[in-house]
Amino acid sequence: MATLSLYGQSILVLASLILFTSFALLAQTRALPLIRLFAWQGILLAVTTALVAWVTHQPHLYVSALLTLGLKALLIPWLLIRLVNRLGLHNEVENPKANALVLLGAAALTVFCYEIALPIMRLSTLLTRNVIAVSLAVVLLGMLLIIVRSKAVTQVVGFMCMENGLFFAAVVATYGMPMVVELGVAFDVLIAAILFGLFFLQIRDSIDSLDIDRLSRLRETDE
Amino acid sequence: MAGSLTLWSLALLQVLVFIAGAPLLTGWIRRVRSALQNRAAPPIWQPYRELAKLFRKNVVLADEASWIFRTTPYVVLAATVSAAAALPAVATHLPTDAIADVIVLVGFLALARFFLALAAMDVGTAFGGMAASREMMVASLAEPAMLIAVFTLSMTAGSTNLSTAVGYILHSGLVLRPAFVFTLVGLLMVAIAETGRLPVDNPATHLELTMIHEGMILEYGGRHLALIEWASEIKLMIYGVLIADLFLPWGIATRLTVPSLLLGSIALVAKLAFWGGLLAMVETHFAKMRLFRVPEFLNIAFLLCLLGLLSHLILEVAL
Repeated sequence: MATLSLYGQSILVLASLILFTSFALLAQTRALPLIRLFAWQGILLAVTTALVAWVTHQPHLYVSALLTLGLKALLIPWLLIRLVNRLGLHNEVENPKANALVLLGAAALTVFCYEIALPIMRLSTLLTRNVIAVSLAVVLLGMLLIIVRSKAVTQVVGFMCMENGLFFAAVVATYGMPMVVELGVAFDVLIAAILFGLFFLQIRDSIDSLDIDRLSRLRETDE
Repeated sequence: MAGSLTLWSLALLQVLVFIAGAPLLTGWIRRVRSALQNRAAPPIWQPYRELAKLFRKNVVLADEASWIFRTTPYVVLAATVSAAAALPAVATHLPTDAIADVIVLVGFLALARFFLALAAMDVGTAFGGMAASREMMVASLAEPAMLIAVFTLSMTAGSTNLSTAVGYILHSGLVLRPAFVFTLVGLLMVAIAETGRLPVDNPATHLELTMIHEGMILEYGGRHLALIEWASEIKLMIYGVLIADLFLPWGIATRLTVPSLLLGSIALVAKLAFWGGLLAMVETHFAKMRLFRVPEFLNIAFLLCLLGLLSHLILEVAL
């Protein structure tokens, strides 16, 4: 630990903060603070990417950092917040069952990711090899968020959080993907955000709620 | 190097100053809090006056009080003072540090709490039993978090002895450790819950439905109450010194010369003044939580400490 430069240490601290925002997303039950937390995760991800670019002299990572900042920290949260305000969901509170257990499960998932990433860490010689486990954990925690919550907005945030984790894994495991792939993924995510917005309106029109659990019931049996 | 007699007398002096200075910290916190809330502040030595007043008063005992009720104040004070003795406050590597490590320190505080809860149930009033059960609920949730924080720190330093840990942190210089960031926040939350400060318990209330610590000592008076109040003031200072030792050890005297001891004392006073100011800020900013929100609060503290442990294992050890 002490052999790393101060920049290397900062990357580790930022990585652990990104993991912390993932846990905070799982603990947060209100829609607007949830989206703001997601924006913070985007900002932290952009700063980490820029720092990795600085330390390892990889200029193309600066572009990725800017893309992350623009899309995941500003544009998508703004789109989601506007949508939440328009649908009047801003003071809706979810009551997930046994949230304390979910958080402990998330800690267990993190340990699992560490176990899985261990062989990769042994093979890699990169400066950021220790962070691979954290990035995998961010992916799985996003998936957990989708599984345990039933509101559509939360599930979209969970999906975006998974995407954050994949991008983070690409940055720390191989210092970023080729630019073409990165641009394509960024564009896909943007389109997904817009499509989700349209989807919300459709769901609300047809079932009068954004609670996805209601979709599993057949309409005819209700009436 | 000084002889062992000098070392022991220095250690004794440190403990005495620690015990005598504890009410001053409480007075300081009340002063900062009053200033933040635009109230006229009591003088900083007001806690001493309260203790002196209580020591002059007669002890009133309930008819049903057993020996547990009468001995508890002494047990509580003795356990708390022993915990204070194990802490390196001004200087490290005093002979008292070798007696107990940080796990024993947690044990001393648990012993004091155990006896306090027993005494609260001893007289058989409803409030005592209720407050004792609440205190035990808070403690059972706070203690695992505290122990995980302690494990993280001792894994980093390679020892559970506080003097060794402080020496290690001083030796390795300024290193950004992600584990310490989480552990610091988690430990702060645990400290607030364990010392019965505001978002968890209100130290100034006598409202029956919300009190935890006050409910347990409701039946005490005179000398007994003074001892318990004093012990809880010392406990507040123990947490302040513990957090300062582990996260901001700079300034503490590692050699026993007059200038370094002087510097250590000044650094300690400055750190404790900061700790008191922080507590007063927290108490002004947050409203008291409902009792059933306290487990959530402590769950977050536990999670932070656990994250600290995980990030130590994942990010720091493998390098």
